[in-house]
Amino acid sequence: MNQRPLSPHLQVYRLPLTAILSIIHRATGVFLVAGVILLVVCLMAVAEGAQQYATVQSFLRSHLGRLFLWSWLYALFFHLCHGVRHLIWDTGHGFCRATLNRYAFLELAASVVLTSLVLVLTLFQA
Amino acid sequence: MNYRTPLSRARGLGSAREGSHHWWRQRVTSIALFPLTFWLAISVANLPDANYEDVVVWVTAPWNTILLLSFIIIVFYHAMLGLQIVIEDYVHTDWLKILGMLSAKMVLAFLALAAAFATLRIVFIG
Repeated sequence: MNQRPLSPHLQVYRLPLTAILSIIHRATGVFLVAGVILLVVCLMAVAEGAQQYATVQSFLRSHLGRLFLWSWLYALFFHLCHGVRHLIWDTGHGFCRATLNRYAFLELAASVVLTSLVLVLTLFQA
Repeated sequence: MNYRTPLSRARGLGSAREGSHHWWRQRVTSIALFPLTFWLAISVANLPDANYEDVVVWVTAPWNTILLLSFIIIVFYHAMLGLQIVIEDYVHTDWLKILGMLSAKMVLAFLALAAAFATLRIVFIG
Protein backbone atom coordinates (compact mmCIF):
# COMPACT_ATOMS: atom_id res chain seq x y z
CA MET A 1 0.00 0.00 0.00
CA ASN A 2 1.28 3.43 -0.75
CA GLN A 3 1.10 6.14 1.86
CA ARG A 4 -1.30 8.46 0.10
CA PRO A 5 -4.11 9.74 2.32
CA LEU A 6 -7.46 8.07 1.82
CA SER A 7 -10.75 9.87 1.77
CA PRO A 8 -12.85 9.11 4.87
CA HIS A 9 -14.47 5.68 4.75
CA LEU A 10 -17.86 6.63 6.10
CA GLN A 11 -18.63 3.41 8.01
CA VAL A 12 -15.44 3.44 10.05
CA TYR A 13 -14.78 7.18 10.06
CA ARG A 14 -14.68 8.62 13.56
CA LEU A 15 -16.17 12.09 13.41
CA PRO A 16 -13.88 14.73 14.93
CA LEU A 17 -15.20 16.64 17.95
CA THR A 18 -15.74 19.74 15.84
CA ALA A 19 -18.06 17.84 13.48
CA ILE A 20 -20.01 16.35 16.38
CA LEU A 21 -20.47 19.82 17.90
CA SER A 22 -21.62 21.16 14.55
CA ILE A 23 -24.33 18.47 14.38
CA ILE A 24 -25.30 19.10 18.00
CA HIS A 25 -25.63 22.80 17.19
CA ARG A 26 -28.31 21.95 14.64
CA ALA A 27 -30.01 19.40 16.85
CA THR A 28 -30.15 21.85 19.77
CA GLY A 29 -31.53 24.49 17.39
CA VAL A 30 -34.46 22.24 16.50
CA PHE A 31 -34.92 21.16 20.13
CA LEU A 32 -34.96 24.80 21.27
CA VAL A 33 -37.96 25.42 19.00
CA ALA A 34 -39.88 22.78 20.98
CA GLY A 35 -39.10 24.64 24.19
CA VAL A 36 -40.12 27.97 22.73
CA ILE A 37 -43.46 26.40 21.79
CA LEU A 38 -43.88 25.43 25.45
CA LEU A 39 -43.12 29.05 26.36
CA VAL A 40 -45.96 30.17 24.09
CA VAL A 41 -48.30 27.62 25.70
CA CYS A 42 -47.22 28.93 29.09
CA LEU A 43 -47.93 32.57 28.16
CA MET A 44 -51.31 31.66 26.70
CA ALA A 45 -52.17 29.74 29.88
CA VAL A 46 -51.21 32.73 32.05
CA ALA A 47 -53.39 34.96 29.85
CA GLU A 48 -56.29 32.54 30.31
CA GLY A 49 -56.09 32.59 34.09
CA ALA A 50 -54.79 30.92 37.23
CA GLN A 51 -56.55 27.61 36.59
CA GLN A 52 -55.04 27.09 33.15
CA TYR A 53 -51.63 28.15 34.40
CA ALA A 54 -51.85 25.54 37.19
CA THR A 55 -52.26 22.82 34.55
CA VAL A 56 -49.11 23.91 32.69
CA GLN A 57 -47.21 24.38 35.93
CA SER A 58 -48.06 20.86 37.11
CA PHE A 59 -46.16 19.63 34.04
CA LEU A 60 -43.24 21.98 34.73
CA ARG A 61 -43.10 20.76 38.34
CA SER A 62 -43.08 17.07 37.37
CA HIS A 63 -39.79 15.18 36.96
CA LEU A 64 -40.30 15.07 33.20
CA GLY A 65 -41.02 18.80 33.14
CA ARG A 66 -37.92 19.68 35.16
CA LEU A 67 -35.78 17.37 33.02
CA PHE A 68 -37.15 19.08 29.91
CA LEU A 69 -36.62 22.57 31.34
CA TRP A 70 -33.00 21.97 32.37
CA SER A 71 -32.02 20.12 29.20
CA TRP A 72 -33.62 22.99 27.30
CA LEU A 73 -31.55 25.50 29.29
CA TYR A 74 -28.38 23.49 28.64
CA ALA A 75 -29.24 23.30 24.93
CA LEU A 76 -29.87 27.06 24.98
CA PHE A 77 -26.42 27.79 26.42
CA PHE A 78 -24.68 25.31 24.13
CA HIS A 79 -26.38 26.89 21.11
CA LEU A 80 -25.35 30.32 22.41
CA CYS A 81 -21.70 29.30 22.92
CA HIS A 82 -21.40 27.60 19.54
CA GLY A 83 -23.21 30.55 17.99
CA VAL A 84 -20.56 32.87 19.40
CA ARG A 85 -17.94 30.64 17.79
CA HIS A 86 -19.72 30.99 14.45
CA LEU A 87 -19.57 34.77 14.88
CA ILE A 88 -15.81 34.52 15.58
CA TRP A 89 -15.41 32.33 12.47
CA ASP A 90 -17.27 34.96 10.47
CA THR A 91 -14.46 37.40 11.21
CA GLY A 92 -12.05 34.93 9.59
CA HIS A 93 -10.36 33.85 12.81
CA GLY A 94 -10.07 30.55 14.68
CA PHE A 95 -9.73 28.07 11.83
CA CYS A 96 -6.42 26.34 12.61
CA ARG A 97 -6.70 22.83 14.05
CA ALA A 98 -5.34 23.54 17.53
CA THR A 99 -7.67 26.54 17.96
CA LEU A 100 -10.64 24.52 16.67
CA ASN A 101 -10.16 21.83 19.30
CA ARG A 102 -9.42 24.27 22.09
CA TYR A 103 -12.58 26.25 21.32
CA ALA A 104 -14.57 23.00 21.16
CA PHE A 105 -13.62 22.10 24.74
CA LEU A 106 -14.02 25.71 25.82
CA GLU A 107 -17.59 26.00 24.56
CA LEU A 108 -18.57 22.64 26.10
CA ALA A 109 -17.18 23.79 29.44
CA ALA A 110 -18.76 27.26 29.10
CA SER A 111 -22.23 25.83 28.43
CA VAL A 112 -21.99 23.58 31.51
CA VAL A 113 -20.74 26.48 33.66
CA LEU A 114 -23.49 28.84 32.46
CA THR A 115 -26.23 26.25 33.08
CA SER A 116 -24.81 25.58 36.56
CA LEU A 117 -24.71 29.30 37.31
CA VAL A 118 -28.41 29.62 36.45
CA LEU A 119 -29.13 26.56 38.60
CA VAL A 120 -27.27 28.06 41.58
CA LEU A 121 -29.03 31.39 41.09
CA THR A 122 -32.42 29.63 40.96
CA LEU A 123 -31.71 27.61 44.10
CA PHE A 124 -30.72 30.79 45.95
CA GLN A 125 -33.92 32.56 44.94
CA ALA A 126 -36.14 29.63 45.89
CA MET B 1 -31.02 29.92 -30.64
CA ASN B 2 -29.43 31.83 -27.86
CA TYR B 3 -27.93 35.17 -28.85
CA ARG B 4 -26.93 36.14 -25.32
CA THR B 5 -23.26 36.43 -24.61
CA PRO B 6 -21.81 34.32 -21.81
CA LEU B 7 -21.30 37.53 -19.83
CA SER B 8 -24.94 38.61 -20.09
CA ARG B 9 -26.07 35.12 -19.16
CA ALA B 10 -23.79 35.17 -16.18
CA ARG B 11 -25.22 38.52 -15.20
CA GLY B 12 -28.78 37.27 -15.52
CA LEU B 13 -28.19 34.17 -13.47
CA GLY B 14 -25.54 35.49 -11.22
CA SER B 15 -25.60 37.60 -8.14
CA ALA B 16 -28.95 39.17 -7.44
CA ARG B 17 -27.17 41.20 -4.78
CA GLU B 18 -29.37 39.76 -2.11
CA GLY B 19 -28.12 36.19 -1.72
CA SER B 20 -26.46 36.96 1.58
CA HIS B 21 -29.60 38.36 3.25
CA HIS B 22 -30.53 35.07 4.86
CA TRP B 23 -27.04 34.61 6.30
CA TRP B 24 -26.81 38.23 7.47
CA ARG B 25 -30.21 38.22 9.17
CA GLN B 26 -29.29 35.03 10.98
CA ARG B 27 -26.17 36.75 12.37
CA VAL B 28 -28.01 39.94 13.33
CA THR B 29 -30.77 38.04 15.13
CA SER B 30 -28.19 35.86 16.90
CA ILE B 31 -26.38 38.95 18.22
CA ALA B 32 -29.68 40.42 19.39
CA LEU B 33 -30.58 37.15 21.10
CA PHE B 34 -27.28 36.95 22.99
CA PRO B 35 -28.19 39.29 25.88
CA LEU B 36 -31.87 38.27 25.76
CA THR B 37 -30.90 34.62 26.29
CA PHE B 38 -29.31 35.31 29.69
CA TRP B 39 -32.30 37.35 30.83
CA LEU B 40 -34.77 34.68 29.66
CA ALA B 41 -32.82 31.69 31.03
CA ILE B 42 -32.70 33.17 34.53
CA SER B 43 -36.41 34.05 34.43
CA VAL B 44 -37.62 30.76 32.94
CA ALA B 45 -35.59 28.69 35.42
CA ASN B 46 -37.81 30.06 38.21
CA LEU B 47 -41.05 29.18 36.43
CA PRO B 48 -41.76 25.77 38.06
CA ASP B 49 -41.69 27.30 41.54
CA ALA B 50 -43.37 30.63 40.76
CA ASN B 51 -47.07 31.01 41.52
CA TYR B 52 -49.60 32.62 39.19
CA GLU B 53 -49.36 36.10 40.76
CA ASP B 54 -45.53 36.03 40.54
CA VAL B 55 -45.69 35.29 36.81
CA VAL B 56 -48.27 38.02 36.15
CA VAL B 57 -46.19 40.55 38.11
CA TRP B 58 -43.09 39.47 36.17
CA VAL B 59 -44.74 39.76 32.73
CA THR B 60 -46.34 43.15 33.53
CA ALA B 61 -43.10 44.78 34.71
CA PRO B 62 -42.42 47.22 31.83
CA TRP B 63 -38.85 46.10 31.15
CA ASN B 64 -39.87 42.46 31.15
CA THR B 65 -42.78 43.15 28.78
CA ILE B 66 -40.52 44.91 26.30
CA LEU B 67 -37.78 42.29 26.53
CA LEU B 68 -40.30 39.45 26.28
CA LEU B 69 -41.89 40.93 23.15
CA SER B 70 -38.42 41.49 21.65
CA PHE B 71 -37.43 37.93 22.48
CA ILE B 72 -40.61 36.50 20.95
CA ILE B 73 -40.24 38.40 17.68
CA ILE B 74 -36.51 37.81 17.27
CA VAL B 75 -36.42 34.18 18.42
CA PHE B 76 -39.17 33.13 16.04
CA TYR B 77 -37.50 34.91 13.13
CA HIS B 78 -34.19 33.25 14.05
CA ALA B 79 -35.96 29.87 14.30
CA MET B 80 -37.55 30.42 10.88
CA LEU B 81 -34.16 31.05 9.30
CA GLY B 82 -32.61 28.08 11.10
CA LEU B 83 -35.36 25.58 10.33
CA GLN B 84 -35.30 26.70 6.70
CA ILE B 85 -31.65 25.63 6.44
CA VAL B 86 -32.32 22.30 8.15
CA ILE B 87 -35.20 21.57 5.75
CA GLU B 88 -33.19 22.70 2.72
CA ASP B 89 -30.31 20.43 3.72
CA TYR B 90 -32.20 17.24 4.54
CA VAL B 91 -35.38 17.26 2.46
CA HIS B 92 -34.61 16.66 -1.19
CA THR B 93 -38.06 16.06 -2.70
CA ASP B 94 -39.02 19.41 -4.18
CA TRP B 95 -42.70 19.59 -3.26
CA LEU B 96 -42.02 18.23 0.22
CA LYS B 97 -39.24 20.78 0.73
CA ILE B 98 -41.46 23.71 -0.27
CA LEU B 99 -44.37 22.37 1.77
CA GLY B 100 -42.11 21.86 4.77
CA MET B 101 -40.62 25.34 4.58
CA LEU B 102 -43.95 27.05 4.08
CA SER B 103 -45.64 25.18 6.92
CA ALA B 104 -42.69 25.71 9.28
CA LYS B 105 -42.75 29.45 8.57
CA MET B 106 -46.51 29.77 8.89
CA VAL B 107 -46.64 27.79 12.14
CA LEU B 108 -43.77 29.81 13.63
CA ALA B 109 -45.34 33.11 12.53
CA PHE B 110 -48.63 32.04 14.10
CA LEU B 111 -46.89 31.06 17.35
CA ALA B 112 -45.06 34.39 17.48
CA LEU B 113 -48.35 36.22 17.05
CA ALA B 114 -50.05 34.04 19.67
CA ALA B 115 -47.22 34.66 22.16
CA ALA B 116 -47.23 38.43 21.56
CA PHE B 117 -51.02 38.51 21.87
CA ALA B 118 -50.94 36.52 25.12
CA THR B 119 -48.27 38.83 26.54
CA LEU B 120 -50.24 41.97 25.71
CA ARG B 121 -53.39 40.38 27.08
CA ILE B 122 -51.66 39.68 30.40
CA VAL B 123 -50.33 43.25 30.53
CA PHE B 124 -53.47 45.15 29.54
CA ILE B 125 -56.30 42.90 30.70
CA GLY B 126 -54.53 40.87 33.42
